[in-house]
Amino acid sequence: MIGIVGYGSYLPRYRIKVEEIAHQWGRDPVTVKRGLMLNEKTVPGMDEDTITISVEAAKNALKRAGIDPTEIGALYVGSESHPYAVKPSGTVVAEALGAVPNVHIADYEFACKAGTEAMFVAYGLVKADLVKYALAIGADTSQGAPGDALEFSASAGGSAFIFGKEGVIAEVLDTFSYTTDTPDFWRREGAFYPLHGGRFTGEPAYFKHILGAAKAILDKSGYKPADFAYAVFHMPNGKFPLTVGKRLGFTKAQMVPGWIVPLMGNTYSGSSPTGFSATLDIAKPDDLILLVSFGSGAGSDAFIFKMTKRIDEVRDKAEKLKSMLENNRIYLDYGQYAKFRGKIIMNE
Amino acid sequence: MREVAVVGCGMTKFGELWEKSLRDIFVEAALKAIDDAGVDHIDSMYVGAMTPGLFVGQEHISALMADYLGIAPIPAMRVESACCSSGMALRLGLFEISSGYSDIVLVGGVEKMNDGADATYALATAADQEYEVYQGVTFPGLYALIARAHMHRYGTTREQLAAVSVKNHHNGAMNPNAQFQREVTLEQVMNATLVADPLTVLDSSPVSDGAACVVLTSVDFAKQLKVPSVKILGSGAATDTLALHNREDITTLKAVKLSGKVAYKMAGIKPSDIDVAEVHDCFSIAEICIIEELGFTEKGKGGPFTEQGNTALEGKIPVNPSGGLKSKGHPVGATGIAQVVEVVEQLRGNAGKRQVKNAKIGLTQNMGGSGGSSVVHIFTTT
Repeated sequence: MIGIVGYGSYLPRYRIKVEEIAHQWGRDPVTVKRGLMLNEKTVPGMDEDTITISVEAAKNALKRAGIDPTEIGALYVGSESHPYAVKPSGTVVAEALGAVPNVHIADYEFACKAGTEAMFVAYGLVKADLVKYALAIGADTSQGAPGDALEFSASAGGSAFIFGKEGVIAEVLDTFSYTTDTPDFWRREGAFYPLHGGRFTGEPAYFKHILGAAKAILDKSGYKPADFAYAVFHMPNGKFPLTVGKRLGFTKAQMVPGWIVPLMGNTYSGSSPTGFSATLDIAKPDDLILLVSFGSGAGSDAFIFKMTKRIDEVRDKAEKLKSMLENNRIYLDYGQYAKFRGKIIMNE
Repeated sequence: MREVAVVGCGMTKFGELWEKSLRDIFVEAALKAIDDAGVDHIDSMYVGAMTPGLFVGQEHISALMADYLGIAPIPAMRVESACCSSGMALRLGLFEISSGYSDIVLVGGVEKMNDGADATYALATAADQEYEVYQGVTFPGLYALIARAHMHRYGTTREQLAAVSVKNHHNGAMNPNAQFQREVTLEQVMNATLVADPLTVLDSSPVSDGAACVVLTSVDFAKQLKVPSVKILGSGAATDTLALHNREDITTLKAVKLSGKVAYKMAGIKPSDIDVAEVHDCFSIAEICIIEELGFTEKGKGGPFTEQGNTALEGKIPVNPSGGLKSKGHPVGATGIAQVVEVVEQLRGNAGKRQVKNAKIGLTQNMGGSGGSSVVHIFTTT
């Protein structure tokens, strides 16, 4: 049996409400909240970045896996906000976890699906018997230009998953990836903020790829939506994942546990992995879970997991996502948010 | 002067057609129209398009479309008059057949607005750049000014504006080519995202891709084709000041009134003779002003006239049975001919669930900018 042996997440404690951002730009908060189905989003602290978020999430995964970090043979960090353009995030994470030096490291980037990309490769290496354990992380301190629609959603957080063959809590039953060259959202080297094709990011990008991957994995595996306890889809806003799930035939009840975007925002590479993490927090043995990511550019990775009895033994060994979302929050005003996100230009 | 008939029509579905290019959609609509007419050649072509250059970086589309339609080397011309580009193109096709210069003319309209361009900027080039656009005015802003003035002067209510959208979405829900085939309620329209006070997003036509084409010929030649044809009875066009602030009264669309007057005179009919009309409801207030200018109701009464159901499918004068620009979609260059396609189908009795009963005389009104240009055509069954 190959699957996840430990999982964990991390969200910064800072938040900004949609009303605060809307007020800043003269937008009507009621229509913004209704349109995007968002209430607030996480904001990274001034000393937090993709690396620190990855370390915190991985520590929680290690707590649940109960393994020796030196047995991790591969460590991959998927993000579109790696702190360095040249120099991996993964090496810092591996040092902090005590996983060095006998470990293969790589950073991944594929817009919002870099996290599931890392998961796919980690799973593949374990399946190929090349490593005993492989750690995959999806984490971001997402960028959204001031005043852009993305500013209401781009948030910070991430999740980590350790793949292995012993002590599996969620078995991987199937995977499927669906990819085309679709330039719906991009950020050039050196640019602070991404650009996007407006409505082009919807139907021909998000919906086409998620539907493509989800339909293919359902066909391939023979499962129907009703067979699943839960389904998690990438969450660029509140509306898209519920719409795509409904089109596939999933009910809101199947999606709500992983639909954490109204309080978290879109943590880009950490979005669907963190929704999946929140779902693992409540899933029962034998439950089937569908996870489908989406990354602009564009592609989707789909996974079908089946829970094992071991989930009941490990879920309480680290803080659960609901607790991270709802407790210990510090709300920022827009000025503090601008400072935290480095939006205020300062002299050296 | 020869009498002129529409013998074939075709259009694409309107909407966000991400998988299709400018040339794809034009060729699709043109082939449908040619097939519908059953003609074996085309003598000449007019293509209405507002600004393919700004939307997709392509000008010189007269030759491009003739080439991709496989009808080069026939003469082809692009016609531009902002959002009434293809309505104006129809006039040229009419004149060419009427004069006897050509026997079969294809007239189409096309716009591909969803391809990454800034639609608000591109559309604003139809307003007065120096006196309006440089000051920050957009089309929703201009129509919001008209709406406010109309409300102030005539007591038109927010509900009456919304009634236009509710009615047009009701009709569009029955049109398989419409961009939004769904109903909306008064409350939804009034509480939708504000675009330019008092107009919400549901008072406004969408950004659309689409194409529509018709085949024109002489009434005599149409008889030989043995396809159901529709005769063009009248045509009128007029202009007004481009900038709203240069008008004596911003609630009056002079170009619409005059183009209607000329078309009625040529057709020898009066407004009460019209059985069905397709008008340029780029914003809800536009339809209210237009039905006043065309004489369907008195000046200032467009709001209550709409609210009382007179312009509904089963009303006194059904307006925009297709769903109008609001629900069917508004690929600006294609709109004028799409209106003609709807009226032709209504007069042929082919409009399905949205068929207006016993429609014998139909009218199309297509407008550029905030009323700087307008063109009206009147059609009848043959």
